[in-house]
Amino acid sequence: MNAKGRVHKYGDNVDTDVIIPARHLNTQDHAELASHCMEDIDAEFVNKVKTGDIMVAGNNFGCGSSREHAPVAIKASGISCVIAATFARIFYRNSINIGLPILECPEASSKIEDGDEVSIDFDTGIITNETKGETYQAMPFPDFIKEIMADGGLMNNLRK
Amino acid sequence: MGMTMTQKILAAHAGLDSVKAGQLIRANLDMVLANDITGPVSINEFEKAGFDGVFDKSRISLVMDHFTPNKDIKSATQCKQCRTFARKFDIDNFYDVGEMGIEHALLPEKGLVAAGDAIIGADSHTCTYGALGAFSTGVGSTDLAAGIATGQAWFKIPEAYRFILTGKPQKYVSGKDVILHIIGMIGVEGALYRSMEFTGDGVANLSMDDRLCIANMAIEAGAKNGIFPVDQVTKDYMAGRVNRDYTVYEADEDAEYEKTFEIDLSKIEPTVAFPHLPENTKPISQVEDIVIDQVVIGSCTNGRIEDMAAAAEILEGKRICKGVRGIVIPATQSIYKECIKRGYIDIFIDAGCIVSTPTCGPCLGGHMGILAEGEKCVSTTNRNFVGRMGHTSSEIYLASPAVAAASAIAGKIAGPESI
Repeated sequence: MNAKGRVHKYGDNVDTDVIIPARHLNTQDHAELASHCMEDIDAEFVNKVKTGDIMVAGNNFGCGSSREHAPVAIKASGISCVIAATFARIFYRNSINIGLPILECPEASSKIEDGDEVSIDFDTGIITNETKGETYQAMPFPDFIKEIMADGGLMNNLRK
Repeated sequence: MGMTMTQKILAAHAGLDSVKAGQLIRANLDMVLANDITGPVSINEFEKAGFDGVFDKSRISLVMDHFTPNKDIKSATQCKQCRTFARKFDIDNFYDVGEMGIEHALLPEKGLVAAGDAIIGADSHTCTYGALGAFSTGVGSTDLAAGIATGQAWFKIPEAYRFILTGKPQKYVSGKDVILHIIGMIGVEGALYRSMEFTGDGVANLSMDDRLCIANMAIEAGAKNGIFPVDQVTKDYMAGRVNRDYTVYEADEDAEYEKTFEIDLSKIEPTVAFPHLPENTKPISQVEDIVIDQVVIGSCTNGRIEDMAAAAEILEGKRICKGVRGIVIPATQSIYKECIKRGYIDIFIDAGCIVSTPTCGPCLGGHMGILAEGEKCVSTTNRNFVGRMGHTSSEIYLASPAVAAASAIAGKIAGPESI
């Protein structure tokens, strides 16, 4: 499994309230959630994002509320992977459970810049920055997580 | 190597004699919880996976507390979906308007959670029940759907930070000030993935409401859970509420802690967290004049009876500053009734505040107190992120009920001593 796309870069402590504000939690519709994704931190995100793009951030990405609507909104907006230095734990679990690939990689988090073209090999955990000609090593997923991702989430995986 | 309190509870629930930090386990759960925001997503996942039964109808709690009484058609539809599910599976602990309270005040009050339990909730503040000596943590809706169906969840055994509390808090210093002080010290990811284990002689000087507030905000330091030892205060609280056997776990003497912090409770001042992170704390003595538009006293963090008492003590016989909107929200129906009995409701209304039925409402910017552009609010809630209570340029200052009440009177952020 691979991903390739343009980077949308954010800082530290991006919380789930800015990823999807609570005023939109009266719906579970993926497309509607995606239409408000990141709106309180980057109102232009929904207009800029293209299918396959990659989100890169600093420490503690996804902190705060346990709302699964947050990774759902990111995935439904077309993002193929989130790379951060560290993730908040509930967000980390939720992303795997709904089939949004995420990688912890402090080096990639600090060196990748907004707009860079990045490709990811999930089997090896190698992140390639095509714009800068650099590579960074993330810990690849163990097999059972790869399976959940390939199936599109935990429930699809359990149903098999 | 010995185990921490958290590790012991998880080992017991996984049927293991011992566990080590980093080990993956599957644990049996004593209670699983969802609300009107996360419940519908869980129900969708539950149905999508084709489950046709719940693991135990007495060990599932569904609490309609976030956007209730419903603020719009969409939120009403979400509650209806939960109601239908609860009826279909005859869920014992379904709490709708009239019986509901804010989930993390309600479950301990009803005796649905107890010492030694393993609990998951699709709400990040599920870590509150660590105050009772339980392992409890927040999860997402998919984990919760699996929990509803199987009564199990997988966990990575956490490493631990130990917080040795000594001394006695000064007057007007509450659990809220203690936890804001700690988050200010270690940061919003200071305890990422760890358990925060509170111990020491000072624990005896903290009431159950103080402990519930401290454990509640463990998540704001990134922790998996916060946990207190079980003492007479805990046992007295559970007496008459918990109608089943419970188990008291104690950390081994040789338990391993990655870090140990010593905190003298007598040195802590009333503390305020400035926008836009709970770690941006200042003791009240260092807070400059900040004029405010609104005060909120309530939430799963500070909507309990001692919080109401602290606010009432300060507001009694006073008027809040003209131009400040005072919103008081007792967290459960029984706290509301106790406020009526003690005369607090008269005090709040005579002071110029409104008193609301239980709801999470303003804390997460749902309803009942949304902030306009540039407005400032002192709130006893738990998060002051950008846009959390309304407009992205509005500002939330987190504080205790005593500081919030004093600030309402002063019209600016103020300590209780100054009133």
